Amino acid sequence: MNKTYYSKLIFELSRPGRVGYSLPKNEFEGYSLVQLGATQSRQTKTLLPECDELTVVRHYTNMSNNNFGVDTGFYPLGSCTMKYNPKLNEELCQLPGFNIHPMTPAKYAQGSLKLYDEVQKTLAEIAGLSRFTLNPYAGAHGELTGLMVIRQYHMSRGDVARTKIIVPDSAHGTNPASAAVCGLQIVEVKSLADGTVDVEALKPLLGPDIAGMMMTNPNTLGLFETKIPEIARLVHECGGLMYYDGANLNPMLGVCRPGDMGFDVMHINLHKTFSTPHGGGGPGSGPVGVRKGLEEFLPNPKPLSNSPEGEGLYLRCEESSLGYISFFLGNFGIIIRAYAYLLSLGKENIPMAGKLSVLNANYIKESLRSHYELPIDTVCKHEFVFDGLREEYGGDHHSPEHVTTLDVAKRLLDYGFHAPTIYFPLLFHEALMIEPTETESKETLDDFIAVMKKIAEEAKADPQLLKTAPHDTPVRRMDDVKAVKEPKFTFKAL
Amino acid sequence: MMEKDMQTAKHSTPLLREGQGGGVAFKYFPHTADDIQQMLDVIGVRSLDELYAEIPEEIKLHRELNLPSEKSEEEVRSIIQGLAAQNKPLTCFAGAGSYDHYTPSVVPFIASRSEFSTSYTPYQAEISQGTLQYIFEYQTLMADLTSMDISNASMYDGTTATAEAMMMCVAAAKKRNRVLISQTIQPAVLAVCKTYARFHGIDLVEVPEKDGLMDKEAACQLIEADDVAGLIVGQPNRYGLIEDFTGMADLCHEHKALLAINTMASALAVLKTPGEWGADIACGDAQSLGIPMGYGGPYIGYLCTKEALVRKMPGRLVGATTDADGRRTFVLTMQAREQHIRREKATSNICTAQGFMCLYVACYLSLMGPKGMHEVNEQSYASAHYLHDELLKTGKFEKVFDAPFLNEFTLRYKGDAKKLRETLAEEGYLLGVPTLYKPDCLTIASTERRTKQEIDNMVDIIKDLKI
Repeated sequence: MNKTYYSKLIFELSRPGRVGYSLPKNEFEGYSLVQLGATQSRQTKTLLPECDELTVVRHYTNMSNNNFGVDTGFYPLGSCTMKYNPKLNEELCQLPGFNIHPMTPAKYAQGSLKLYDEVQKTLAEIAGLSRFTLNPYAGAHGELTGLMVIRQYHMSRGDVARTKIIVPDSAHGTNPASAAVCGLQIVEVKSLADGTVDVEALKPLLGPDIAGMMMTNPNTLGLFETKIPEIARLVHECGGLMYYDGANLNPMLGVCRPGDMGFDVMHINLHKTFSTPHGGGGPGSGPVGVRKGLEEFLPNPKPLSNSPEGEGLYLRCEESSLGYISFFLGNFGIIIRAYAYLLSLGKENIPMAGKLSVLNANYIKESLRSHYELPIDTVCKHEFVFDGLREEYGGDHHSPEHVTTLDVAKRLLDYGFHAPTIYFPLLFHEALMIEPTETESKETLDDFIAVMKKIAEEAKADPQLLKTAPHDTPVRRMDDVKAVKEPKFTFKAL
Repeated sequence: MMEKDMQTAKHSTPLLREGQGGGVAFKYFPHTADDIQQMLDVIGVRSLDELYAEIPEEIKLHRELNLPSEKSEEEVRSIIQGLAAQNKPLTCFAGAGSYDHYTPSVVPFIASRSEFSTSYTPYQAEISQGTLQYIFEYQTLMADLTSMDISNASMYDGTTATAEAMMMCVAAAKKRNRVLISQTIQPAVLAVCKTYARFHGIDLVEVPEKDGLMDKEAACQLIEADDVAGLIVGQPNRYGLIEDFTGMADLCHEHKALLAINTMASALAVLKTPGEWGADIACGDAQSLGIPMGYGGPYIGYLCTKEALVRKMPGRLVGATTDADGRRTFVLTMQAREQHIRREKATSNICTAQGFMCLYVACYLSLMGPKGMHEVNEQSYASAHYLHDELLKTGKFEKVFDAPFLNEFTLRYKGDAKKLRETLAEEGYLLGVPTLYKPDCLTIASTERRTKQEIDNMVDIIKDLKI
């Protein structure tokens, strides 16, 4: 990443007559698009740019220089598990043998089907569940699919009254959104002062209309819900199922499995826990796992072993399934990357990833509590939340002049760090949610800690410096209001 | 008790194995033994396992994971190469939503720049201008291709993008939850929409087909009932045929329904566009814009609409603005529409910004330009029509439909179509996909990547077959 401002758009580099591709000569005489009539043909010209190859390469290379990634520096981004993305995975997902058409007969796709099966089995062992589908495309897509499994299960039993789902107030925003898309009504359960689910508040919510409960454990404050066996028992007793939001699975690897905690259905974010790149927000992958007895409800198509037509794996579509939720078998290219990671780590290192992520998180927490407000003082798991700066460092929430979490976040950019997740969870006004991950070294953490302390000192001495940050990035703070008030979403609108 | 103590002791040492530095010695973990000890001291615990002390013992896993041991780089490469070798790539004459187009080498090269690939969703705009700029370009390109005002940047694939379009119709309508969908739309799109509709409480009604095209008369009757939120149609359709939507937009609008057209993205460069048909929503899969078939993913769905519907559109949107120094910059905007703000009031749970694939598409279209997109379609059209005619000449196929097509078509095989497909696979060719509900038919596609030689060779094999 460099600091040189580059904001050209490809349309501004276009010159009529230039091309950036080469195709062989058309070998087929007598066939032409002009044979299509005007009713079928495009009437308006496109604005597609006309550029030579080097112009395109320089353009995107210059743009990449204004971008921060895990390969650039530390991302203490809570709830996002920004771990290192191994390069071997990138190499292997591009093997030409994997570039086959999805409707290739199973007989000619055995390698891909075996890989799918190996990954689903590995995830099942890690999760303590029976079977996984890898078809969902992202974490939110996995949530939706998992909730569909739950509804399908109830409907298959004729238990159609279960239309409500319990979600803690600290849940990721996608939880209630996925439930709403799945046609479920959301019942919110309050957290206790220590940030965990209030079991007493949960009890009166349970009844014959409850389809289940969604939880992430550790929760969004990075705290392990120690009452989980009791919560699971209560929900099961009322006939509901337990859904595990796998966004926070990383610290639990090999130590305590969702299935053993009492969960029935879960999703895993391969782009978090299993190191596939975030790619600027996607594509991800959100496999969904289920307890024994729920496998039949998983989405179609399903790669299964013991093909009736002979040896090997085959694809089956089952009537009892919830249906199709994707074009085919999900983001296969992402699944290959995750498999390379799982093989590399093996049974020895998978648990170590979780433990070291917890070590890193607690180390930062203990090192910074002198300067930042720690609302919940206990051992955390992979992440934790500060409620802004401590009062003595300009963090007095009641003062209109106080230095906000946004200011701290923006100042961090000047020092070459990505900002933590801010203003989430919603339980605190100035939430600053920090998740290091196990791939960060002690030196990196020490640098981050030193910078965070320096920023706190700056907040005390010169709050304006933070309020106008960042100062040392390719561009300065954005006018977000203008973006909404004068919306411009295309080059044409500029 | 003894056994439990021993397990705890075994788990409590941070030094699982003695590496050279005495740490955990694994290439993705930087911690030395000293690091771990110093960090534990700062935290005030004695072991890594003490960090998990609050977890009830009865739910902890008191054993190793039942998985293979760690593997070296060469071993991992060898295992995965071995699996890739168990696939037998076939010369592809199949489509049905995934097309074998040429990808300029620049595209994967640029997309693999780790400043792009290892970045997060561009919340911190000051250090994410690269991502934001290419998404802005992607939005411009897709809006232009579809002749719509705006495009989002968040759809997983064409099937889910169409399901989002369906939910958008219902969200935009006042108290209507019936949506029509043409039976001639790609089968995978129809299947996914059905699933979403069933759970979301949408009354999804299928418009029947007539002679391989949507039965427009039937559609009109349904729309005239004045209880329809939207109509979803596919172009080209599941048989590869080009539909004629003349009059559909006006009819929909007259009856306060939205028109959503799902188009194979590459075809947008040459076929009458959703905007030109008067559609309110354009959606579909952009895989055909140079994204490898990759056994079905990752792809990217597109979703474009008119300005008036922007607040009903799900997913991420990048807008232009200025920074504190007045320079042109880009930011994620209109986030009040999104799932993480609306929570239970959300009409979509989309969280993804399909960044990496937006870059793929933006880079592809920048290289291809208007001329390249025309030529890709010209050549795909020509090779598909040549193949179509050559197959008919064998005397073993017959036409099923009369409507024009672009690069995909459906023919009836006079013998056993399933067996023909199997036989050709043995010879290294993937001849189309089985046509749903028409077991004696195949829906076959071609692209600019297929040579005359490949087609002639395959047709020669077919000629020699006994039906």
